[in-house]
Amino acid sequence: MLATIACRVHLSRPSLSLSSTHPFTVLINQSILFPSHLNFSTTSAARPPLSAAKMEAIGVLMMCPMNNYLEEELDKRFNLFRYWKQPRPSEFLTQHAQSIRAVVGNASAGADAKLIDALPKLEIVSSFSVGLDKIDLTKCKEKGIRVTNTPDVLTDDVADLAIGLMLAVLRRICECDKYVRSGAWKFGDFKLTNKFSGKRVGIIGLGRIGLAIAKRAEAFDCPISYYSRSKKETNYKYYGSLVELASNCDILVVACALTPETTHIVNREVIDALGPSGVLINIGRGPHVDEPELVSALVEGRLGGAGLDVFEKEPEVPEQLFGLENVVLLPHVGSGTVETRKDMADLVLGNLEAHFANKPLLTPVV
Amino acid sequence: MAAAANQHQSPEPPPLLLLHRFPSFSLPFLPFLQTKYTVLDPHADPPHPSFPNLSKSARVMLCFGPKPVTSEDLDRYPSVEYVVGTSAGINNFDLAAFRRRGIRVTSAGDAFSDDVADYALGLAIDVLRRVSAADRFVRAGSWPVQNEYTLGSKVSGKRVGIVGLGSIGSRVAKRFEAFGCSIAYNSRKQKPHVLYPYYANVKDLASNVDVLIVCCALTNETQRIINKDVMTALGKTGVIVNVGRGALIDEKELVELLVRGEIGGAGLDVFENEPHVPQPLLTLDNVVLSPHKAVLTPDSFAAIEELVCSNLEAFFSNQPLRAEVAHD
Repeated sequence: MLATIACRVHLSRPSLSLSSTHPFTVLINQSILFPSHLNFSTTSAARPPLSAAKMEAIGVLMMCPMNNYLEEELDKRFNLFRYWKQPRPSEFLTQHAQSIRAVVGNASAGADAKLIDALPKLEIVSSFSVGLDKIDLTKCKEKGIRVTNTPDVLTDDVADLAIGLMLAVLRRICECDKYVRSGAWKFGDFKLTNKFSGKRVGIIGLGRIGLAIAKRAEAFDCPISYYSRSKKETNYKYYGSLVELASNCDILVVACALTPETTHIVNREVIDALGPSGVLINIGRGPHVDEPELVSALVEGRLGGAGLDVFEKEPEVPEQLFGLENVVLLPHVGSGTVETRKDMADLVLGNLEAHFANKPLLTPVV
Repeated sequence: MAAAANQHQSPEPPPLLLLHRFPSFSLPFLPFLQTKYTVLDPHADPPHPSFPNLSKSARVMLCFGPKPVTSEDLDRYPSVEYVVGTSAGINNFDLAAFRRRGIRVTSAGDAFSDDVADYALGLAIDVLRRVSAADRFVRAGSWPVQNEYTLGSKVSGKRVGIVGLGSIGSRVAKRFEAFGCSIAYNSRKQKPHVLYPYYANVKDLASNVDVLIVCCALTNETQRIINKDVMTALGKTGVIVNVGRGALIDEKELVELLVRGEIGGAGLDVFENEPHVPQPLLTLDNVVLSPHKAVLTPDSFAAIEELVCSNLEAFFSNQPLRAEVAHD
């Protein structure tokens, strides 16, 4: 009977010992189900959750259009400000600084030092991305501002696309499609393309996404090697130097986080090491690669091909690439599926609600 | 051929090898074959003067490309005992006629299987994630103007149905499994050591999957095996990929269903009447079109060259053949 009136508390980190739980508690998948009449709080400051009305008064600043569902939900649940619609951004910030307590950013726009300084009431930055390169993490830590992102939910999509790009580049799938649509297909006309199975795949960054790419490539009998800040507990071959990795693989894929250390990590030397039969796949961030060097290497035939989902100055893409048949160019769609964008949006919303209800954050970074 | 002065007989001329092909299909390893065999090419330019005579004595016919080998062809070349196929598919051979005359036949066996399986995955990912369409979008300069691109559909975790779980189909399955996809299949008969769920009926398979990969052989029984009912069962969000033969799908129905949005998308490497592709497909964003190139890699060609050369040697020295097609 007690168990019928129950509430569920989700713990991201266990903050109580099992011996202190009530006899009727049941541990289910890291959630603790317990009768609500026991005023059992799992938070340090025992505050009741905010009412919907109170939530609606909280100012949330969305930096750019990123997802209709997310925007609508933010609008419903909070007092939403749309940064990209402000004709005079600095005036706008001055005017509303006192009510903005949260920022929602993504891979294009986040929270840099200037923005953080302009928002003295900022408590949390919730990013609609897993990458954190647009957020001044140091400043957030200094000021006690929480930061969340969207890990795991997009890992599969990004890894799927990395493999899709490898196949599209090596087997010239986009080029073939263009050829057929042009009406040019002549009987018996065939140009050979490159086999994908068995190619040596080198991964920069063996995190969640890097590992997911490795798992898929292995099913195509591709030998896997990687470069990382430190060697990982894995059977894949480790290279302590990126140039060495590039010299020993056929396909090099960028799958690490963008930091000052990894900016332009794929430079001329690495591109030369990859060589005229090598292929570069970038599903990380544009600034991982020295873009002008990449473009000239492709145009001059010093690099075999490239599959690029990201660029240094999106949405600008170097036009010299448009005429090349050994490249595939995508408009930053690594996580661009209906299923995943909804999951990402729910994580952003869930993190914000958890924060303002004084509950543990779902996917905190800081 | 010069007769050696000290020999009692002149050395045997290289065995005759009859080439059977459409004029536009040229055999890449012809020069190598010409060093070991007397190759009789009906489309040689200039034509071989002894072709009409010699061709009647040729014991081996090498087929390259989709040119049919009919009963009439076999009448014209009455000495043929062995036909060498160079495709995974042998639907262009009149197998009944071969059987009646006791003619042996080999196919490409596994030589192309990896490449075709890779290509099937490539087409499926392209359709679901809109890779080719997005590439066109970027190259048209539309990204700065339109900002966001249409969302695709997640590949990982999709339910994949494979029609024909042979050499190619089993490789397709292995690859999709690494994407967390579940696999089910249809085949002439259930495979005893295979754990994937089996559907005796293709329509039932289609009802229970999100992506249908067609990679079975084209035979009398499998003509239009993917018909309107099957495609309707696959449904509005379903995707179909064909790396088998165009005639496996009712193409007219497929086009109508795609145009009406009754099926989610298609990746097609083969068509009923190549190189003709139905006009309405050329403007759809949810299809990926390919000019029958799933096998076209240097590796596949090296593999088929090795297989053909080894089989020719084996035949002329009475050794067993590889990838021989059983007459069942």
